[in-house]
Amino acid sequence: MSAALHIAGLSHRYGARQALDKLALQVDAGQCCILLGPNGAGKSTLFGLLTRLLAVREGSIRIFGQPLCARALARVGVVFQQPTLDLDLTVEQNLRYFGALQGLHGKQLILRIGAELERLQLAARRRERVRELNGGHRRRVEIARALLHRPALLLLDEPTVGLDLPTRQQLIDYLHALARDEGLALLWATHLVDEIDPQHDQLALLHRGRLLASGAVAPLLADAGCHDLGGWFQHHTGATS
Amino acid sequence: MTSLRILWAVIVREMRRFLQQRSRFFGALVRPLIWLLVFAAGFRAALGIAITPPYDTYITYDVYIVPGLVGMVQLFNGMQNSLSMVYDREMGSMRVLLTCPQPLPFLLFSRLFAGMCVSLLQVYAFLLIARLSGIDLPWQGFVSVLPALVLTGLLLGAAGMVLSSQVRQIENFAGVMNFVVFPLFFLSSALYPLWKMQEASEWVYQLCRFNPFTDAVEMIRFALYGQWQQDAIVHSLLATAVCLLLALWGYRPRQRA
Repeated sequence: MSAALHIAGLSHRYGARQALDKLALQVDAGQCCILLGPNGAGKSTLFGLLTRLLAVREGSIRIFGQPLCARALARVGVVFQQPTLDLDLTVEQNLRYFGALQGLHGKQLILRIGAELERLQLAARRRERVRELNGGHRRRVEIARALLHRPALLLLDEPTVGLDLPTRQQLIDYLHALARDEGLALLWATHLVDEIDPQHDQLALLHRGRLLASGAVAPLLADAGCHDLGGWFQHHTGATS
Repeated sequence: MTSLRILWAVIVREMRRFLQQRSRFFGALVRPLIWLLVFAAGFRAALGIAITPPYDTYITYDVYIVPGLVGMVQLFNGMQNSLSMVYDREMGSMRVLLTCPQPLPFLLFSRLFAGMCVSLLQVYAFLLIARLSGIDLPWQGFVSVLPALVLTGLLLGAAGMVLSSQVRQIENFAGVMNFVVFPLFFLSSALYPLWKMQEASEWVYQLCRFNPFTDAVEMIRFALYGQWQQDAIVHSLLATAVCLLLALWGYRPRQRA
């Protein structure tokens, strides 16, 4: 079976600055891969390339064995770092719009919207304008939207930015459960090591556009002689998380 | 079928946004109405327009100015649409559209078409108010003008899209108004017939002649009276095609997002 996401030899530069340098990475179904890196590591560039916002000039990206094309993107859900909801539309109108863009319609779309809102505890807010929601609820709507078309691969670009601690922890648990219980493949970019589940997650450490280390947490810590992820992150990047 | 549903979803989204932003709706109407009911009323007594096609009799200035103001509504809507695309790109919601599993040209066209539909809403509201205010417009012109409005809406929307692909920040958009919208509007036949321009200045006349907005206004003017100005239609079609290609080129995935 093909990997959910297979990246090989991916490079990207902005003028003279090398933003990504021969990146190789694989995420399998049911796996949560945390893409860890300090600011400026190249995470957003990678997301730009994965979502066709940037042109791939060197290297390749394959999603379930297919090159990056419209058909492959149909199996991908994306939560961007920036808020991307229409503030003037209601929660339901936002989801309806996105569902239609994904080719969903009619009863199927209505049922999916209901199910996702229920799952993310937003059912009571479906007719509220997004402008009236707090940051945590907006984030949940974005996640509901990304899951609406039942993607097999979920791309998350710093999804907990700007959230208070309890909301953040709820979201982290929820996202981990998606991989563990529902078999979704997750690529989750962050610079915060406390978002990592050391028992289950795969780790990929990106620094100055290069992949410094990847694999399961325990062997990575053992190889570096570190006891905790914070120390390991600092050991490799010189930055604190 | 899926494509039509997506197109419909984008139209519904733009309509909802437009109707929920009430100030935008009133702003879109107030601007041309001030020109019509204040500016043109003042000129009405001083300026009559000689018999020139499509008019078969002498007309007052307020009748003359209506097609130009219809063009103005669509011009401002096109620019407003492009401003909203810059905003959407900065705020990220444009990303949602561009990353959905459909070909990029289709997605951009959907957005353009939806913007054009919003402009139709504004134009018909303006025409209705103008007619009810006593401006002599033929009722059948409300129907015959529709194809011209569709083409003009697409042309000006595509022009706005080209601009939005090149303007990286909302703050830079004020310059667009000064350097694009005002010259396009004032250097056209929207406010004065071209022959009057020629009497005043040959080079201004030549600039007006080659302004695509002049073709759009003339197309609307003739269509309002059930006539077709072939040159204006051909020029507008060509200009729309060029703008569409430039917009596609401007929105292609590139080295820098």
